[in-house]
Amino acid sequence: MTRSARRQTRAGLAFISPWLVGLGVFLLYPIIASLYYSFCDYSVLDRARPMGLANYGELLGDELYLKSLVNSLFYAALSVPLGLALALSLALFLNSGVRGLTIYRTIFFLPALVPMVALAVLWLWIFNGEYGVLNIFLSRLGIPAPGWLTDPAWSKPALILLSLWGMGQAMVIFLAGLQDVPVHLYESADLDGATWWHKLRHVTLPMISPVLLFNGIMGIIGSLQFFAIPYIMTPNGQPARSAYFYAMYLYDSAFLYLRMGYASAMAWILFLLILFLTLLSLRLAARYVHYEAG
Amino acid sequence: MQAKSPLARAVVHLVLIAGSAVFLFPLFWMISTSLKPVEETMLSPPRWIPSALHFENYLRAVTHGSQVLGYIPFFEYGKNTLLLCVLVVAGSVISNALIAYGFARLQWPGRNALFGVTLATMMIPFPVLMVPMFVLFRHLGWVGTFRPLWVPAWFGSAFNIFLLRQFFLTIPRELSDAAVVDGCSELQVFRHVILPLSRPALAVVALFSFLYTWNDFLGPLIYLNDQRMFTLSLGLQFYQSQAGGTEWHLLMAAATIIVVPIIVLFFFTQRTFIQGIALTGMKG
Repeated sequence: MTRSARRQTRAGLAFISPWLVGLGVFLLYPIIASLYYSFCDYSVLDRARPMGLANYGELLGDELYLKSLVNSLFYAALSVPLGLALALSLALFLNSGVRGLTIYRTIFFLPALVPMVALAVLWLWIFNGEYGVLNIFLSRLGIPAPGWLTDPAWSKPALILLSLWGMGQAMVIFLAGLQDVPVHLYESADLDGATWWHKLRHVTLPMISPVLLFNGIMGIIGSLQFFAIPYIMTPNGQPARSAYFYAMYLYDSAFLYLRMGYASAMAWILFLLILFLTLLSLRLAARYVHYEAG
Repeated sequence: MQAKSPLARAVVHLVLIAGSAVFLFPLFWMISTSLKPVEETMLSPPRWIPSALHFENYLRAVTHGSQVLGYIPFFEYGKNTLLLCVLVVAGSVISNALIAYGFARLQWPGRNALFGVTLATMMIPFPVLMVPMFVLFRHLGWVGTFRPLWVPAWFGSAFNIFLLRQFFLTIPRELSDAAVVDGCSELQVFRHVILPLSRPALAVVALFSFLYTWNDFLGPLIYLNDQRMFTLSLGLQFYQSQAGGTEWHLLMAAATIIVVPIIVLFFFTQRTFIQGIALTGMKG
């Protein structure tokens, strides 16, 4: 090693030294410990007792677990595509050269800024069965008002509706992607007499498909960890556990029932599920996503 | 894709105006409710604008809070939240800038491998880390203190490292080489060449870590158990009564107090904000 190389190595390690601690203590150690706990009976108060695959076996037969898993998949399967469709549509409207772009963008983005807890209590008030403004509005239109947060059939749709209100971040990312599409592509499509729909289908969508993939994966990861909003709005997943989500059962197992091993097993299944869905998206992407050369 | 014909432009405006009304309504309703006398929160058909603006609801919300639950120390919550925000923002900016410099501007064996590991850790969902972190902090005797909520921020986070490294890479090499020739140490190059040129990226890191801390619910829920130490996000739930009889006008006033600082911050930093979000979307 030359003197300069030694100097660089020493400086490099000095600069990243906080990360060596952070990576080791706050990431790698917890990952390994979590995997170990998932094979243990562990209440925090006693030592962890290894018991093989018992936690995973118990999960397979735990009806509440399966219910929370199905609830989370249902929520993700609707809120992610609907959120992407809404965010992309709004971004397309915003990108049409309309005047007042920044004002509209701000308005549609504002809800994404509302802290989750404030968002939860605000929508509790809007969905309220007695005085909630939404149902008063619906009944005046002659539409039968559902008991949003008291009817097991409506609790998940209510939460999905609320998630659509906060899609601003995805919209801003889409808009940035749309603004990067080279204008000459549209100009040559115009010369070929392409309609609005053809341009959307054959120019816009292929060009922003990497952004769509990114927003989709982020959406899946986020929606499967849905926690604070239902924790406040539908405590214990009431009514009838219809809004009891994966992360809520995980939290309850760890901190309410002090079953750290059981909760860790859940966390690992969640991790594998997210990994699987991400790889699946990337595989699909390999077929449909278009990356600009260079 | 441009909307060229006047008809198309009119349709676009119509859709955007209608959409804006729908998106703004919940916020309007929050503020409207927060200024009503209690009787007017329970009218059907509802009263859109309060008959008189009851600003004293805000005073009641922050001083004695809900009659159902008694005193809510709102100012304590605000102070706790701000303290955490300051500690987290300072820690994130300082540690991630140092670490990103080590990855972006210095050559050392194993650097690229370690950077690969760093990126891979972004895939790990928080629930996987949650239990062992709790166990660790419990062993350290930190549960029930603020430490679990801010100390980790001083040791880097993969996403911010990535973001700053990408930015540092765009700063021309010649600038730092010239400084080294002039006898600057790496720390001086970092402080006097790189940092001044990186303000936009550092602002993004500061802004997002502030928002994260202000909004965080799960962290305080796990680690704080003394009610006087709660943050605003965690404390807000006390305005809500499980037994019914929630005083909605006071709850909406408290919610407004939590939302408004964020919206004000947004208006002052709009460019940084939008750039930052677009930056997170770029390249994945």
